[in-house]
Amino acid sequence: MEETDVIFLWGANPRENHPIIYHHILKGIHHGAKLYAVDPRRTPSAQWADVWMGLNVGSDIALSNAMARVMIHEGLVHEHFVAHATTGFDAYRTSVEPWTLDKAEQVTGVPADVIREAAITYAKAKKAIICWTLGITEHHNAVDNVLALINLSLLTGHVGHYGSGLSPLRGQNNVQGGGDMGAIPNKLVGFQDPLDPAIKSRFEKAWGVQLPNKLGWTITDMFHAMERGDMTGLFVIGENPAQSEADQHHTQAMLEGLEHMVVQDIFLTRTAQLAHVVLPSTASWCESDGTVTNSERRVQRVRAALQPPGDARDELWILSEMAKRLGIDWGKPTAESVWNEVRTMAPEMFGGMSYPRLEKLGGIQWPCPDESHPGSLLLHDRLWAEPRGGPPAPFSVVVYEPPVEMPDAEYPFQLTTGRRLDSYNTGVQTAGYASPLRRAETVDMSPEDVDRLGLEEGDSVEIASRRGCVVAPVHVEPNLRPGLVFMTLHNQDDVRVNLLTIDVTDPKSGTAEFKACAVRIEPVRKPAAAAGD
Amino acid sequence: MDLKLSDAQPTAEERAAVDALLGAPDSGWDGGARLTARDGHVAFGGHAARDQRHLLLPALHALQSSVGWISEGGLMYVCLRLTVPPADAWGVATFYGLLATMPRPRRVLHICDDIACRMKGAKRIIDRVKPEAGNAHHLPEGDTIELTETAWLSSPCLGLCDQAPAGLATIAGPEPLERLIGALTADEAAGFLKTGSVPARPRPKLPQQGDAGLTLLKRVGTVSPTDIAAYESSGGFAALRRAIEIGAAAVIREVTTSKLMGRGGAAFPTGRKWDAVAGQPEKTRYVICNADESEPGTFKDRVLLEEDPFAIVEAITIAGFAVAAQYGYVYIRGEYPLAIERVENAIARAHASGWLGKRIGGADFDFDIEVRKGAGAYICGEETAIFNSIEGYRGEPRNKPPFPVESGLFRKPTVVNNVETLANIPAIVLEGGAAFAQVGSGDSTGPKLFCLSGAVQRPGVYEVPFGATLRGLLDMAGASPASDTRAILLGGAAGMFVSGDQPDFPLTFEGARAAGVTLGSGVIMVFDKSADIPDMLLRIAAFFRDESCGQCVPCRVGTVRQEEALHRLATKKSRLGTAGELALLAEIGTAMKDASICGLGQTAYSAVESAVKKLNLFETAEPR
Repeated sequence: MEETDVIFLWGANPRENHPIIYHHILKGIHHGAKLYAVDPRRTPSAQWADVWMGLNVGSDIALSNAMARVMIHEGLVHEHFVAHATTGFDAYRTSVEPWTLDKAEQVTGVPADVIREAAITYAKAKKAIICWTLGITEHHNAVDNVLALINLSLLTGHVGHYGSGLSPLRGQNNVQGGGDMGAIPNKLVGFQDPLDPAIKSRFEKAWGVQLPNKLGWTITDMFHAMERGDMTGLFVIGENPAQSEADQHHTQAMLEGLEHMVVQDIFLTRTAQLAHVVLPSTASWCESDGTVTNSERRVQRVRAALQPPGDARDELWILSEMAKRLGIDWGKPTAESVWNEVRTMAPEMFGGMSYPRLEKLGGIQWPCPDESHPGSLLLHDRLWAEPRGGPPAPFSVVVYEPPVEMPDAEYPFQLTTGRRLDSYNTGVQTAGYASPLRRAETVDMSPEDVDRLGLEEGDSVEIASRRGCVVAPVHVEPNLRPGLVFMTLHNQDDVRVNLLTIDVTDPKSGTAEFKACAVRIEPVRKPAAAAGD
Repeated sequence: MDLKLSDAQPTAEERAAVDALLGAPDSGWDGGARLTARDGHVAFGGHAARDQRHLLLPALHALQSSVGWISEGGLMYVCLRLTVPPADAWGVATFYGLLATMPRPRRVLHICDDIACRMKGAKRIIDRVKPEAGNAHHLPEGDTIELTETAWLSSPCLGLCDQAPAGLATIAGPEPLERLIGALTADEAAGFLKTGSVPARPRPKLPQQGDAGLTLLKRVGTVSPTDIAAYESSGGFAALRRAIEIGAAAVIREVTTSKLMGRGGAAFPTGRKWDAVAGQPEKTRYVICNADESEPGTFKDRVLLEEDPFAIVEAITIAGFAVAAQYGYVYIRGEYPLAIERVENAIARAHASGWLGKRIGGADFDFDIEVRKGAGAYICGEETAIFNSIEGYRGEPRNKPPFPVESGLFRKPTVVNNVETLANIPAIVLEGGAAFAQVGSGDSTGPKLFCLSGAVQRPGVYEVPFGATLRGLLDMAGASPASDTRAILLGGAAGMFVSGDQPDFPLTFEGARAAGVTLGSGVIMVFDKSADIPDMLLRIAAFFRDESCGQCVPCRVGTVRQEEALHRLATKKSRLGTAGELALLAEIGTAMKDASICGLGQTAYSAVESAVKKLNLFETAEPR
C-alpha cells in the first residue's frame, strides 16, 4: 500500500473510519501514488483523492462493468494473466459489453470521461490496489459488488504481486481473526467447508461429536427464524444487535419475544439490557491472552495486562464452564491450548504458528503450514506461478441492480448511513469518552436541499421512512449533492437511525442494505424534546 | 486534502486578486459557484492540487497588495484554491515582514530606521510622523495596528543606504503602488501619509559613471535598462551566443578557470558548484538567482537588477545552459519593486526575442525564468531558506547535507548564485576564464562591487578590481581622514566593525582574512565621531532578533538574550556589571556561532563582538 502506484478507495472512507491504515495510505500518497475515491459523498478521504468519483448510491456494478469494458476495448486487458490464471472471461466480456460510457454515466452520474480515465489509469498502472469497506458490502447485492471489483483486478492482473491486490479494510483489529476461527455460519476454522464430507469427518473425529449436515444461520436468518418461531433462544457474544441491525422496531420486537437470551459482553449494551442473563467478560485487548489477525492476515499475540474488574471472567473460562454445565468437560483450556487445536485442525493455514514463533517473529501472515515456513507475504501469488498453483480464479458475471428502495414522490430523499472519525459503531465503546469533534446526531443535507426546504443549520426535522421516523437537527454539508442525505448509527440512544433503514439483505452474505433507503424530511415546528421515536 | 477551513469568506476584491493570479476556479470544490450537476459527481485534487503549493507566497502577495493585509476570508480562499491547510498557510503569512495578518491601512510608509538611515536622520522622520498617530492617521510605533486610512512602520534596511534616509511607499488596491524613496524628508513622509503623493526622484548617478574600466557596472546609467535592442547593441547576449557555441562543458571549464567566487558572502567557487549540479544523475534542475539582498548596508544587487537587468537574465540563462537546467528563478526581495519590474520586463523581452523559451539560440536548449518576490525576510537570502520560500513554506533554512547541488529547490539539483556573482559570467564566457583570473590578486579574481555608505561624501556602489585597499575605497568615496572616523562596518550586520584608524589592507578574501575581518557582501559603512555606536549595536541586535526564523534554539533564544544584554549595557541597569554582561554576551555569541543551523545565528554576534573588542565600546574597570 505504501509502495503502490494507484489506490482505489471504493466505498471506503478510511480517513475517518480506518485511521490507522489511512496512515499507510498517506505514506503511499506521499510516495506518489494516485488516489481514486469512489463514494457517493465527497468524504474526507475523497478530499485527498486525485479524482473523486461520486457515483450514485449502489451503482458500483455499473461503474465497474463500464470500466472493464473500457479496458477491454482499449486493449488493456492483461492477456497473459487472464489466460493463465482465470476462467470465465468470455462470458464476462459479453456481460460488460452493454456498459458503454454513456450508459454508465446515466446510471452512476459519474461523467464518462472520468470513468474512462480512471479505467485506463488503473489498467496501465504497474501496481494498483483496490480497497473497499461497507460502501460495497452494506447493500442487498453485497457479494456481487465485491465480485465486480475482483473482476477488475483479474482483468488487469493487479493481484498476487507486491504492491497490487484487493484489500477489504477491516474496521477492527481482529475482524479477520473472527473469520479465521470459523465464527461465521458457513465455515469451520481456517475457512473449511463444513459440508465437505472429508473435512466434516475429520472434525467429527477430533471433537467426538456428530456435526449437522447444514450450514448455520446468518444474523439476518436468525431474525427471520425468530419471526417464524423456529428460534427461541439466543446467546450473544460481543454484539449489540438491538442497535446495530436495520429496521430496529422489528429487531427489538424479535429480541423481546425470545424465550431466553444470554448476553456476554464487557458493557451493559442495549441488547444486554434485554437479556435474561448477562455474563460480564474480559476485554480481549488487555485482559485476555490469545491472538488476533489483522487486515494483512498477520496473526499476532495479545497478552493480558490487567486483572478484569469485578465479576468479569475470561471468555474461554465462560465458554468452558458453559460446556461443563451442558455436560461436556473440556478441562481447563488455555488460550495456547485452544490455539494449538486450531493449528491441528487447520494445519495448512496455521500449522507453523506456534506461540514461541509468533512471539519471535512478531506475528506471522497465514498461510504458514509448518514451523520452517516464514509466513506468506502474498496470498494469491500462486496465480502467477508456473505452473499455476491451485485452481484458476473465476470471473463473475455481475448484474447491476439499483438499491431496493429508491426515492420516489412520497419519500424523495435517499438516506445513506455511515460513520464518523471519533465514534465507533453504536457507540458502546466510544460514547462514554469525550471527543472535541463529536457532535450530537444530525441529518446531513446538501446546502441546496436545506435552502429548498427553507431550513437552517440546527433546525429540527422529522426524517421518516416506510418503517419509522426519527427527529434530528439539520447539518448543512457541502460534501453532499442534492437528494442525498447522511446519518450515522453512533447515537442510537438519541436518534435511532436504524428505525429508518431497510431490512433487505444480500442472500449470500446476509448483510443489510444500510447504505440506501428512501426518506421524507419535514421541519418540526414543536421543540425537539420529542426526538427519538 | 481534507482542509478544515473556517466559515470566513473572501471579499469580492480579495477573490478577484487571487483569481487574477491563479485563474478562475474550475469547480465549486475549489471556490467557484457550486455547479451541482458535475460537481455532485466528480472532483479533482490530490497531487495536482497540492503541487500548486509554490504559489502560496504569490497568492498572499496578491491579497496583501490588493487590500493591504491578509484577512481570514482571504486566507481561507487561498487555502481552498491551493489545497493548503489554513494553519500551515497562517504559519507562512506570519513569517514575512511585508505581509500583515492584522488589519492594516491601504496606504503604508515603511520608514527605514536601520543603521545607515539612522545615521542620516531616520529618527527625525519618525518623530515627525509619530505625533499624528493621535489623529488616528498613524500607528503607534510597534505592533498595535488599528484600521486607519494610513500608517507608517519602521523597517529594516531597504537597500537604499547610498540615498539614506529611505522609505518604501505602498498603496494597496487594484493597481497597487510600491515605490522606494531615497533621501526622504520628514515633510515628504508626512505628505505621503496624508495625501498619498509620492515625491519624484531623478535616477541617481553612479559615482563612477563613465569610467571606461568598468565591467559589472558598464551599462549602469549609460544603456537603457528596459530596451533589449540597446542591450544587444552594447554587447548583450553575445556571451550567451558564445556559450551555446562552445558548449556546456566548456562554459563550466571557463568559470572554473576564472576562479570566480560567490559574491553573496560565502565565497564558494562558482565553477565547482556548477560542475556538481551538471554531474547529478537527476535531470530536473534549477537555477536560482539570489536577489534577496537584505544584508543591512548592501545595495549593489539592487543597482545591477534595476540598471542592467538583461545582463542578469543572460547570466542566469548561461548558468541554466551550463548545468542543463530547465527553469530559473530570480528571487528578489519584496522591498525592490523597481528591480522586480525591470527584471520582469527583461524576461518578457528576452522571451519575445527568443533568448528565453524553446530552442534558445537555435540550440537544443529550453529555458524559462520567473521572478519570485520576497516578502520581507532577511533569512530568505540563505541558500536553503530560499528554496522553502519559493516552495511556499516558511523560509526556514534546511539542514545540510544534502547540499543544494544535489537536493535543492523541489529537492532537485539547484545552482544558487548571488546577483553579482552572475553578473561576472558574461565577461568570463566572452573573454575566457584565464583572462578573468588575471584581474585581481591571488585567489581573489575579477572585479568586485563595494557598497559605500554612511559618513562619506560620495556614497554608492563602487567597482574595483580585487586588490584595492580599504583606504583606497574610502578615498574614492570621500571619507574623512582616519582621525575623524570612529568606525567602519565591513560586511553588514553579519560583518564586523573596525576602528577608524584600522591599518590599511587589501580588500581581498586573503587580505580580509589576514586582517581578521570579512568582506561579506561588500558593505563599507563609515561612522564618524558623532555616530552613536551603542545605538547602532542595539539596532543590529534588534535586527537579528527580528529576522531570526526561530527554527533553532541557539539563534531564537540567543538573539533575544543578546539584545537584552545590550539594552542593559546601554541603560547601565545591569546587575552583572559591565564585565559580567560582556562575558554573558561572549557566551551567548559562542553558543550561537557553534550551534545555529545557518549563517544568521552563526554571525549574529559578529558585529557586536567586533565592536566590543575593536572599538573598546564598553569601558570597564575590571579586566576582561
